[in-house]
Amino acid sequence: MRPFYDTPLANPLMLGTAQYPSPAILARAFRESGAAVATVSLRREGAGGAGQSFWQMIRDLKVQVLPNTAGCHTVKEAVTTAHMAREVFDTPWIKLELIGHTDSLQPDVFQLVEAARILTEDGFQVFPYTTEDLIVAEHLLAAGCEVLMPWGAPIGSGRGLTNEYALRAMRAAFPDTPLVVDAGIGLPSHAARAMELGFDAVLLNTAVARAGDPVAMACAMMQATKAGQLAHQADPIEPRDMALASTPVIGKAFLT
Amino acid sequence: MKITLNGTPRTVTATTLADLLGECDISGRVATAVNETFVPATMRASHTLNPGDRIEILAPMQGG
Repeated sequence: MRPFYDTPLANPLMLGTAQYPSPAILARAFRESGAAVATVSLRREGAGGAGQSFWQMIRDLKVQVLPNTAGCHTVKEAVTTAHMAREVFDTPWIKLELIGHTDSLQPDVFQLVEAARILTEDGFQVFPYTTEDLIVAEHLLAAGCEVLMPWGAPIGSGRGLTNEYALRAMRAAFPDTPLVVDAGIGLPSHAARAMELGFDAVLLNTAVARAGDPVAMACAMMQATKAGQLAHQADPIEPRDMALASTPVIGKAFLT
Repeated sequence: MKITLNGTPRTVTATTLADLLGECDISGRVATAVNETFVPATMRASHTLNPGDRIEILAPMQGG
């Protein structure tokens, strides 16, 4: 697995921390799956300091923290949020989200490239949530990004890899860049498929947090990502149209 | 003076951003912005508040 800004990950599962039935189930999902990265966010501090207890729990998990700019619609908003996140979470990593469309939550790739350039020049290590567009990807790399995170499908949709051809093309176009399928994963088979294509990790949240048993689903996702990763490394066979007998013909008894 | 804190109008006695955090009994890991501009923790004590300021105090939260 390619390192992410010189940081190698123990496994290819990046897991969100939102929407779990309880903090205890969230913590168990991480502990039992062993997910390497936790995505987190910033929101207004409420009465009683709810954010502080959440932060303590995340720290206790001892995972790599990836703050996001979720919900930002402008470059200024995203850049300011990134600065605030860097101070709070004490990391240069930022999952850069710039939402362009309300219904699909499709990234606004034009603003994304601009924000990525501003942030990388300021020392951030940007993980851009993007589409599968190759030209946008080239611009993001030129802006200083060393990781690309194309969507598999709209956030929370659980539809899997809706444009597998494009993801395969992206893997081929950028053989040295760590690639993460971010968003749209619904099932372990989707996660495994992304890894079979040669992606370096998957980032998902809803598929685990909203499952009937989030802890079991987190473990299933981990097994799937590892299976897909190992399969990719094992150099799978190419599909063919006609059958190819696997049992040797030579030595078969004459019994007709 | 009257300010807006996390979207809610408030009347406070604090004159700096650092004092405001104390007055609101907010501590721990938070980040601050005044009028949509990030104010680093090291600048809070010297950041003077003005009437009508819009202040955001953000904390770690669940995210995807």
